[in-house]
Amino acid sequence: MTSLPPRIPDRQLGLVIDLDICVGCHACAVNCKEWNSGGHSAPLTDRDPYGADPTGVWFNRIHSFEVDAQEEGKRGRTVHFPKSCLHCADAPCVTVCPTGASYKREEDGIVLVNADWCIGCKLCSWACPYGAREFDTDDGVMKKCTLCVDKIYNENLPPESRVPACVATCPVGARHFGDLGDPDSGVSKLVAARGGYDLMPEQRCRPTNKYLPPRRREDKDLRDDSGTTARLTPAAENIDGVFLRWVDRLLSR
Amino acid sequence: MHPAFSVIFFTTASGAGYGLLFLLCLLGAAGRFPSDPWFGVIAFGLAFGLVSAGLLSSTFHLGHPERAWRAFTQWRSSWLSREGIAAIVTYVPTGVFAAAAILLGRTEGIFAAVAIVGALSCAVTVYCTAKIYASLRAIPRWTSAWVVPGYLLLGLATGALLLTFLTHVFGAAQRSIDSLTFAAFAAAALVKTSYWRSMLATSGESTAASATGLGRPGLVRLLDAPHTESNYLLQEMGYRVARRHADRLRIIAGLLLFAVPLASTLGTTILGPGTTAVFVAGISVLSASIGVLIERWLFFAEARHTVTLYYGENTA
Repeated sequence: MTSLPPRIPDRQLGLVIDLDICVGCHACAVNCKEWNSGGHSAPLTDRDPYGADPTGVWFNRIHSFEVDAQEEGKRGRTVHFPKSCLHCADAPCVTVCPTGASYKREEDGIVLVNADWCIGCKLCSWACPYGAREFDTDDGVMKKCTLCVDKIYNENLPPESRVPACVATCPVGARHFGDLGDPDSGVSKLVAARGGYDLMPEQRCRPTNKYLPPRRREDKDLRDDSGTTARLTPAAENIDGVFLRWVDRLLSR
Repeated sequence: MHPAFSVIFFTTASGAGYGLLFLLCLLGAAGRFPSDPWFGVIAFGLAFGLVSAGLLSSTFHLGHPERAWRAFTQWRSSWLSREGIAAIVTYVPTGVFAAAAILLGRTEGIFAAVAIVGALSCAVTVYCTAKIYASLRAIPRWTSAWVVPGYLLLGLATGALLLTFLTHVFGAAQRSIDSLTFAAFAAAALVKTSYWRSMLATSGESTAASATGLGRPGLVRLLDAPHTESNYLLQEMGYRVARRHADRLRIIAGLLLFAVPLASTLGTTILGPGTTAVFVAGISVLSASIGVLIERWLFFAEARHTVTLYYGENTA
């Protein structure tokens, strides 16, 4: 059971995340928590939620990175970076599992945990280079993104709602869901058109989820005639006069 | 990586236990098992006690220990599962040999063959333990080629030291056992220092740049973490020990785990059997026990996980 499917499934459901337009609002993480608190892996336990040291299980986390410009004279940028399970083709979290609780589905490639079999040894979370798995200390089992398996196949929902909660809620359309095993699917075409890429290909996990890079911006060259990049003059370094020095002291308190 | 005491105790205690069991089996197969039945009772008791206490301890950190039997099912892909099976299988030949040596006083013929199978299964079990860690690509420092020999040799050396102590206590000291212990510690010291040197000098292929795909290394920095408080990932995988503290602990581990046992076994080899030798070997066992716990603590505490690349680290 914890051996991977003998061949890569024809259907590989996954997400395509557009880093160009993600605004870092965390709505995907919040709606993920909301849906999954009542879904397949429910509950997503929080510990000490209103106390001094709250922690809890989340399947989706949004990091924000600062990326310096590749060339002198160009602006750097801030990139909001949502991260959840990538449903890898060569998922190391599956093969290390001693019990068969961690598995990859042959029919659509979704990686899931059978909570009735998991012994809570945590080895799968050690094996995942992306930090996709979080341990629920209350339940004593490992939990992870289910790609909303209980939502995307739910015939009680209208067809347009049968997408993962994070995709449904994204206010800017930065998240796309579909079959990445089908080269003619919308998501596959999007990946091809925008140069979608894998995170950490050197870890050889062959993730299904793809990331679309931020588009190139036509920045004005910030260099002046002498070739140095213009910068704002720090106000605190040349303070003249008694009054400004007094203001500086006041503000520095 | 978070250095959990249950796993530190498990790997060190079962390592020493399997090392002792391995040597007791080989001693039997070579026809040099001490004839005093009480030696057999105490030595096998200690070996099985260490192994069993270690295995029990490893189940303490499980979320659902009552389902631990399920861990015997996935031997096709999982080193943890293979280790569990090997650990249980090892009880059979070693148990049969122990019973024969203690109750029947027989270690020859068929029992010698059983002893060799027992010794091999001890080695296989420790090999599986080491492979659990060595096969995790997400923790680059553990993928070092020195990890597996380190586990095998430290198990052998700590087990051999226990055997040296016991043979001196029972007046059954053999110069060859003392020399073997010396050699095992010398080899373990060599392998472990090689691991430390290579581990500190290298970091994994992955960087914050490859983790995000956002640019060349050095250009990508974490600006805002996804959460203000800690989480499971940071508690389990984000453990960091200050280099200064680690270096001090490494020196202490080197003294207690390698220098003291090397000096003591050299001493007992020269001194020959006697009360002084028993005392020296006893001190050495105590020293190596503390030393190996520090060594194993460092093994976990100094290991870095690639997930930390998403939390502000540039290399793992």
